[in-house]
Amino acid sequence: MKVLVLVDHDRGVLDELTFQAMTAARSLGSIDAVVMGDYPALAPDLAQYGAEAVHVVTHDLLADYGSEAWADALAQAMLVSGARAVIAPGTDRGNEVLAHVGALLNAPMVANCNEITAGDGDWSMIRTRWGGSLLEEATLTADYKLVTITPHALVAEPSSGAGTVQMLAVELDESVTRTIVADRVRAEGGITLQTAPVVVAGGRGVGNPENFASLDELAELVGGAVGCSRVVTNNGWRSHAEQVGQTGNRVAPDLYIACGISGAIQHWVGMMGSKRVLAINTDREAPMVTKADYAVIGDVNEILPAVIAAIKAR
Amino acid sequence: MKVLVLVKRVPAPGAKINITADEQAVDTKNLGFAMSPHEECGIELAVQLVEAHGGTSTVMTLGAQESEEQLRYAVSLGVDHAILVPTDVDDWDPMATASALASAIAEAEAGEPFDLIIFGNESADSGGYQVGIRAAHALDRPIVSGIKSIDIDGETVKARRQTVAGLEEYRLTMPAIVAVKEGITLPRYPTMKGRLNARKAEVVASPQPHTPGGQKRVRLIPAPEQVSNTVVLGEGPEAAGKIVDLLVELGVLS
Repeated sequence: MKVLVLVDHDRGVLDELTFQAMTAARSLGSIDAVVMGDYPALAPDLAQYGAEAVHVVTHDLLADYGSEAWADALAQAMLVSGARAVIAPGTDRGNEVLAHVGALLNAPMVANCNEITAGDGDWSMIRTRWGGSLLEEATLTADYKLVTITPHALVAEPSSGAGTVQMLAVELDESVTRTIVADRVRAEGGITLQTAPVVVAGGRGVGNPENFASLDELAELVGGAVGCSRVVTNNGWRSHAEQVGQTGNRVAPDLYIACGISGAIQHWVGMMGSKRVLAINTDREAPMVTKADYAVIGDVNEILPAVIAAIKAR
Repeated sequence: MKVLVLVKRVPAPGAKINITADEQAVDTKNLGFAMSPHEECGIELAVQLVEAHGGTSTVMTLGAQESEEQLRYAVSLGVDHAILVPTDVDDWDPMATASALASAIAEAEAGEPFDLIIFGNESADSGGYQVGIRAAHALDRPIVSGIKSIDIDGETVKARRQTVAGLEEYRLTMPAIVAVKEGITLPRYPTMKGRLNARKAEVVASPQPHTPGGQKRVRLIPAPEQVSNTVVLGEGPEAAGKIVDLLVELGVLS
């Protein structure tokens, strides 16, 4: 079976979750990668994760991201290659584009799958619900099968493919322009939550917005970023951009320091990819404490200033 | 302006989600219900837009009769009208849901389109990431998803999505659709007057046919339990030194 993998990239910069999707897709058959826009330079990286062919799909309207342009072009790539299945990473773009393709082809799209078992006709899959705190076994019956892969559900494994570049010029209707990125505002410099090696996150136990000063200071001392739980943003203590959880950011730092966060499922799923978790909490029985690698029991507003003083004294 | 916001009734779980014996649903014996968090922010956005630009707001949901609770809650926050697309079977896949909602929307519009339709980016429970997009295709309107901030500028909606690098801005001409994420607004609490309005509000029923797509739920499975032998480093500020040692051990501090 020939399977296409949609490559998530931003004007030629790869989203590495694509490699996880390629790894999952290889269990189904031989894979080709599909790159939207004239970015053939991505081919060698894609070959290292098993792409036999890299379809570089070109059109003036594919220079930048647009959900309808990408979806229309992807549907054309499916027809040209004869592929009846497309796998994409479960990123904003991967889910969005495949949903559009599903609407164009009147085909189902199954979002955020951890495992796929391909049969002769129907597929069976394990997919995530509740952001990953519950799983669902589902079946997919369709002529065209569209599936996205849950981020960090599996580890990307290299596998060499030929990576032959095949240029594919498509035709697009001018109307797709309406959903192409029109402008950008760059993030302020510095370390972002998604890339920080350490995240110092605060919850209800921090108590008030002023007490976040010690989280800010600790984050600065360790080269990390500050995150928070939903209750904190709902109280207006911190900006929503810092929220970690099912409806906020998904982070996977080397170390996640959870300060006064009880660890409800909606928060846990946003940081469960962290390599190590240190919980600081007054409640020894809090889910965050029992699930963490390390814990310190006590009031975060007494402990953090002591930690900061100890670091400065070194 | 005329604004429509779509919501879904979902259980409000805490630290653990239990599954019913038949493996088909979340055991809600001890749980309350809410709408998905993205949609709570969508309701607030609809109310704010009507406050700023005039017009009317409408809330719609597809679900069992109990979903009236979420519609009335939306009214208590300032939404003007409520529509329920009633269901009697439980497993509505994304294609069936989008198709029924698109027909219900077209019926409610009766030829006068909502200027802006607001979906949540994905439901908190099933998380299919597609109902708004499919409905947009059925209604032949532009949609962008993952939206975290919005401005109305004449006939144009400026809608922004957060990325690792910053914000991407999209410009849609109304009538248009956005799928929003939590954080686009900070939801308000109901007022006493709002609660009274909600109690007497009329919920209009808009039954629609159920046309299943090709995705079918077989069963729900608990996620594997995280097993951790937590190392307790100490208690109180006296443990600060232990934390510093750990930071050094993990290579966070040199």
